[in-house]
Amino acid sequence: MSSRIIVSAEINGEPTEFLADERDSLLEALRDRLGLMGTKEGCNNGNCGACAVLLDGRLVNACLVMAAEVDGAQLTTVEGLAREDRLVPVQETFLERGALQCGICTPGFLVAAHALLQEHPRPTEEQVRYWLAGNLCRCTGYDKIITAVLDAADRTDVASG
Amino acid sequence: MVAPAKKPYRVIGSRPVRPDGTDKVTGRANYGSDIRLPGMLYGRVLRSPHAHARIVRIDPSKALAHPGVKAVITQADFPAAEDVITDLGETASNLKWLVDNVLASDRALYHGHAVAAVAATDPHVAEDALGLIEVEYEPLDPVLSVHEAMAEAAPRIHPHMHTVEMLARFSPGPRSEHDIPNAASHLRLEIGDLEQGFAEAEIVIEREYETGTAHQGYIEPHNGTALWNESGELTVWLSTQGPFMMRDQLARMLKLPVSKIRVIPMEIGGGFGGKIPMYMEPMAAALSRKTGRPVKMIMQRDEVLLGTGPTSATYVRVKLGARRDGTLTAAEAYLAYEAGAYPGSPVGAGGMCMFSPYSIPHQRADCYDVIVNKPKVSAYRAPGAPAGAFAMESALDELAEQLDIDPLELRQRNAAVDGTRRIDGAAFRSIGNEAVMRAAEESPHWNSELQGENRGRGIAMGYWGNGGLESSAYATVNRDGTVGLVLGSVDIGGQRAALAMQIAETLGIDYEQVKPIVVDTDSIGYTAVTGGSRTTFASGWAVHEAGLEIRRELEARAARIWEVDAALVHYDDDGVIRGPEDRSLSFAEIAGQLHRTGGTVQGKADVMPEGTGPAFACHIVDVEVDPDTAKVEVLRYTAIQDVGTAIHPDYVEGQIQGGAVQGVGMALTEEYVYDDEGRLRNASLLDYRMPTTLDVPQIETILVEEPNPGHPYGVRGVGEVPIVPPLAAIANAIHQATGVRPRTLPASPRVLLEEMLPEA
Ligand code: FES
Ligand code: FES
Repeated sequence: MSSRIIVSAEINGEPTEFLADERDSLLEALRDRLGLMGTKEGCNNGNCGACAVLLDGRLVNACLVMAAEVDGAQLTTVEGLAREDRLVPVQETFLERGALQCGICTPGFLVAAHALLQEHPRPTEEQVRYWLAGNLCRCTGYDKIITAVLDAADRTDVASG
Repeated sequence: MVAPAKKPYRVIGSRPVRPDGTDKVTGRANYGSDIRLPGMLYGRVLRSPHAHARIVRIDPSKALAHPGVKAVITQADFPAAEDVITDLGETASNLKWLVDNVLASDRALYHGHAVAAVAATDPHVAEDALGLIEVEYEPLDPVLSVHEAMAEAAPRIHPHMHTVEMLARFSPGPRSEHDIPNAASHLRLEIGDLEQGFAEAEIVIEREYETGTAHQGYIEPHNGTALWNESGELTVWLSTQGPFMMRDQLARMLKLPVSKIRVIPMEIGGGFGGKIPMYMEPMAAALSRKTGRPVKMIMQRDEVLLGTGPTSATYVRVKLGARRDGTLTAAEAYLAYEAGAYPGSPVGAGGMCMFSPYSIPHQRADCYDVIVNKPKVSAYRAPGAPAGAFAMESALDELAEQLDIDPLELRQRNAAVDGTRRIDGAAFRSIGNEAVMRAAEESPHWNSELQGENRGRGIAMGYWGNGGLESSAYATVNRDGTVGLVLGSVDIGGQRAALAMQIAETLGIDYEQVKPIVVDTDSIGYTAVTGGSRTTFASGWAVHEAGLEIRRELEARAARIWEVDAALVHYDDDGVIRGPEDRSLSFAEIAGQLHRTGGTVQGKADVMPEGTGPAFACHIVDVEVDPDTAKVEVLRYTAIQDVGTAIHPDYVEGQIQGGAVQGVGMALTEEYVYDDEGRLRNASLLDYRMPTTLDVPQIETILVEEPNPGHPYGVRGVGEVPIVPPLAAIANAIHQATGVRPRTLPASPRVLLEEMLPEA
């Protein structure tokens, strides 16, 4: 039996302490130990982006991070995007544009797009496509996802300006 | 039969937010792998490292001695399976093969074939245990292509198999007089007199085409959690396109009455036909029975590629005869599709669909289902049609070039119209084929000029028949004027919305007043898979009929309230019930009075509609081919399709865009790569290259709406046909850009560059 370790991190604004197997990836810890099922597993080896989360503000694939590494870190998962009952603009535009079909890739796209819009509030289509190139979607052909992200940028701009 | 007038709808054609949307953008929606149960164990599968091997011995003792390991199973833990043909919705199969595919019996027939499964207290322990199960294999020679498999001296993968002569698709006949090694079946489709057709031709071309093995590529891996309790009742939670189909398969494999099995469909992360067959679900069940605890199993991505899906690699030879003016006189095809380790390739659909956009008096297709040592194929979006269309539409392009006729014009001259006979002898009714071609001709894309070097434009058609089958729905009128809509159809991409919209239209109420819910197999009547482009059509019929029943019952209630003859009361399409002397009640008003007039009102419908409307599509693509690296860039893409009626245009467009991009993947990058021993070398999403955001442009869509007379709102299936034209459209574009005709797909740089380089 491998040993267990205590990890403390701030997850979606909440100080959280949990027991992880030393072999757990962050993805496994989020899902199997903490029950945060919003972060999805598509490949478990960094190739699909379904498990995207923000680690100290940086976009990472949770399946490629060890749970032990996040001790002392700040994490944002898809569950932490909406605040106080309000969806963030990119969540709204995904709904309005029909940017999800099965929805399994959606949490990863939303986290990645959210990070993009924080860094580049007015991205071009090109920038959106580059930023989201690590996220696979098999249902939509990406068209409506790209549109939704560009729409969200417009909305963020209006809201903050 | 309903004759849908093209009337302005209130709800249909609008683009409301889907009912399950908020949960899916906040991470709250529960998919199959999100299930957690008290005392749950984690299962994993041990898979064969060999493509073909005798299994001499399986010894689980070391694994069982490992702390945390609770059980190991092999095929011996299941009841022996009889040979019975079983219907799988989009393909057919035999139970014995299905069972052997779930867990190998005495031989492993492909790399990744499951041989044993383990349950343990922790996923890491389960993984460790796999390495402790000892299996002794005696490797055998693998057979890895249809050409190898059908050769005279080929080793026979199923030694007692004899080629069966099919009477029709899905209808096996007697043993064939011409037994061909590893050919499970031969189907001949034919109309007219081929010899006469070629005699009338002034030009004949004959070409060969091949496509590689491709996977459906859903982002969510297969998963299944089972609890087989002490009273012998089995509950399974999973992501599936067909809960009832899963129940049927489990009942047959486990020899349980269906009443003992409850299948609970969770949200599903993509399927495209691949989440219909059982894989780990019976293993999870058997492990649960052995341990008395719930067992959850999730495939890793390499297991998904190794052990599920894919669609057939294919060989197609096509021969076309035409007159100088472009009129097609004859068309002949020979198709051999890989079935994988067990029979059931969609080769019949390939032969059925490839000539269907055209009126050709003399046609023949010979279709062979061929066993090879690769994973058993399963349905993949318009199963079998893309490869056939690739051959036909590429050959037509060459014919157009030789005759110096515009490729779209050649297609228009030969377009199938109402009354045209297909290769199976049936005549088309109310098809939008010509309208699609006209829309292509008038499209901004076709009329734009393509400038720049190394660029080319391609065009291709596609046809798919679409499905009907059984659907069940209940609708309950709530006191607050809303309607609870209970569905048997799993929602894989907006079906809750599309069905809620149809019953809202029928009842004349707002979309927001309908609350759809998808339920398990104990809670509704038999409903076939979400697949075959059938759900919006057939389940749409069901919700419409349930709505009509509610209308009739509410008329009766209003008559009772007003104390008038029911014949004087009428439920109008605006959702208002009107009676004599200007009396009227809105839907919300009467809903509030139901408890005083006899209680709840429900509409229920169990339907099995005929009258499916076939779908036609035309795709136009511009590419640029790098002259040094042969990398193909897709510059512009337009998909035109007859969708009947677009219930929710966003999701109709989304189906078209998603299907087109899957087709782009098949055409350019997606392919199983095997070594000489038949081991899959690219079982990851890095090396099995599906299109990313950088590989495709925005996909322009043009929706042609020729209502299907076989549906109250004119619905045709839309989901499958968009994957049919892209292969040839891209190949034709590459030809225009480079002069090279790709006849083997994917047109990877490696393949293309060889042809593009001047011979030394
Ligand atoms: S699950 Fe982490 S990248 Fe795919
Ligand atoms: S919506 Fe299904 S994978 Fe993206």
